[in-house]
Amino acid sequence: MSRSTIDLWVGLFVLMGGAALLFLALKVGNLSAASFTESYTIEARFANIGGLKVRAPVKVAGVVVGRVADIRYDNERFEAVVSMAVESRYEFPRDTIGAILTSGLLGEQYVGLEPGGDERMLKAGDVLKITQSAVVLEKLIGQFLFNKAAEAPQP
Amino acid sequence: MIRNIGARVIDGVWRLGFASRFLFLLLRYSGQSFLRLHLTLREIYFSGVLSLLIILVSGLFVGLVLGLQGYETLQRYGSSEALGVLVALSLTRELGPVVAGLLFASRAGSAVTAEIGLMKTTEQLKAMDMMAVNPIARVAAPRFWGGVISMPLLAALFSAMGILGGWLIGVAFIGVDDGAFWSQMQAAVDIRYDIVNGVIKSFVFGVAVSLIAVFEGYDCEPTAEGVSRAITRTVVSSALAILALDFVLTSFMFRG
Amino acid sequence: MAHREEKALVDLRQVHFAYGKREILSGIDLTVHRGQLVAIMGGSGCGKTTLLRLIGGQLKASAGSVTVDGQDMGQLGTEALYALRRRMGMLFQFGALFTDMSVFENVAFPLREHTDLPESMLRDLVLMKLQAVGLLGGHALMPSELSGGMARRVALARAIALDPMLIMYDEPFAGLDPISLGVVGQLIRRLNDALGAASIMVTHDVVESLSIVDYVYFVSDGRIVAKGTPDEIRESKDEFVHQFVHAEPDGPVPFHMKAAPIGELLMGEGGQ
Repeated sequence: MSRSTIDLWVGLFVLMGGAALLFLALKVGNLSAASFTESYTIEARFANIGGLKVRAPVKVAGVVVGRVADIRYDNERFEAVVSMAVESRYEFPRDTIGAILTSGLLGEQYVGLEPGGDERMLKAGDVLKITQSAVVLEKLIGQFLFNKAAEAPQP
Repeated sequence: MIRNIGARVIDGVWRLGFASRFLFLLLRYSGQSFLRLHLTLREIYFSGVLSLLIILVSGLFVGLVLGLQGYETLQRYGSSEALGVLVALSLTRELGPVVAGLLFASRAGSAVTAEIGLMKTTEQLKAMDMMAVNPIARVAAPRFWGGVISMPLLAALFSAMGILGGWLIGVAFIGVDDGAFWSQMQAAVDIRYDIVNGVIKSFVFGVAVSLIAVFEGYDCEPTAEGVSRAITRTVVSSALAILALDFVLTSFMFRG
Repeated sequence: MAHREEKALVDLRQVHFAYGKREILSGIDLTVHRGQLVAIMGGSGCGKTTLLRLIGGQLKASAGSVTVDGQDMGQLGTEALYALRRRMGMLFQFGALFTDMSVFENVAFPLREHTDLPESMLRDLVLMKLQAVGLLGGHALMPSELSGGMARRVALARAIALDPMLIMYDEPFAGLDPISLGVVGQLIRRLNDALGAASIMVTHDVVESLSIVDYVYFVSDGRIVAKGTPDEIRESKDEFVHQFVHAEPDGPVPFHMKAAPIGELLMGEGGQ
């Protein structure tokens, strides 16, 4: 069977399609960041996670080092358990503090890690000892009003 | 009246059953058609390459419109740098697969139905069968796979073209910061979550549209009128199938 | 041509066939021997084409047996059926050429599908077949560029591409001008003799058919009403055959489809 112009066109078409997929993967999706790199899981318990969602970023010093992999509720300790997939190339001391923070005033919530000074590093499956829950805006406002009201009668 | 509805329902169920059996046969005989790759290549040419122009041009225009409208809305909230995110997410998740699928159905799907319907009307399928050549293996399967292979590539091209269109409007004309456009997009678009899911969607649409197109052609009444009705049915059922499947897939893929 | 006392190539015994409740064929007996060219004649819608479909295995008889080359068509699986069909050729009513292929590729189609011949040998074979139907010069044309008669001849070349033992013709003369009609008729006869095959022709063209065939079956209302050699048919005193051969508008061919008397139908509706 001889080669025909159809083969050329199909080849060109497949190349273009492949290029488009590559463009989407590299330029739009930024393949290099976190998606298919190896990671290990650490857990943290929070009294309140606020509006944290699965796949929210995990940041250290503002740099994304992983993603929230799973959020579940521990019915015995009445706490939220957040599993985070952290890229294998990053290591953190065992006394790292986990906190749920908000980017900007109304932005999305993420988990911020604050490395401590321990010599030993966190391993896969470890649980963060110290955590800081999300700041819930309603509570904050409520507290503020309550304080104001408490102050008011003694000018 | 009620009897009429009942008859339609029974007819619909009957056709669904036949379509399932058809899909089974199609898959069963696909091996034979893959052995002779040039048949499938030919169909990729007819359904993929010939749809290229309409896909690229439409993708560009959809991107341009998204860029304009998105900018209008975003700049009210002072976050026009998020334009890249908006354009990229709407294209890779939804518009790319869906609009490319709809265009594909009306450009390539209808052509496949017309071709097979015509072959049926002029007894070419029966003649093939009498020559001991299975028409499902020789005619239907290559067209089916040609469509299934073309569709994700076309959807990717559509999305890529659309993002370039959005960039053209946003960055080149309106003057959104180029760096912010891309970096915000890259931070927000996840490969597995957004892009791979979009490709899966377009693949599923490709299977649906190709199956409908091939089946309608194969099942059509062998008259000129029957063929034209089959073409209409192809376009209508493909559009409905794409939109319904999109809803189902979206609710599975993008929850939480 | 005399009947040879060997096993018939095609043998139909008491074949019945019905679409749903509507009986198309009822009790057909038909035999075709090698080397014979047999015509099946009858008015439109009498079940002639159905008969061909049964012999080709595209339809299955509701009752009775259809035997081709000793194999019962009703019992064959897909594989065996396809193996048998490789040794059959069929010419469809309007040729049924593949519209997206050239004349050459159309004739080459069965060879490409069923053999692994090298390209040069395949080319020689195809050109020989085209030569046999007198269209060697048209091998590069597309089917849309052919006249009706030429398309029929190309389809004939395609039908004999694999040197079949049995060739079937579905209305080979329909819609042809008198010259093409004569050409196609002579081709059918010549090819049958050259290949030593058997041929079955479904037609309602009496004059042309009687001049080329060996044996004729007349079908009416799902039954064989008359049969014989062309000479016997021409001499026949049978009313139906006489009407058909001489194209008389009135005769035993029923005008009405089989139904209950109209009065009874009307009464029946009213009575319930």
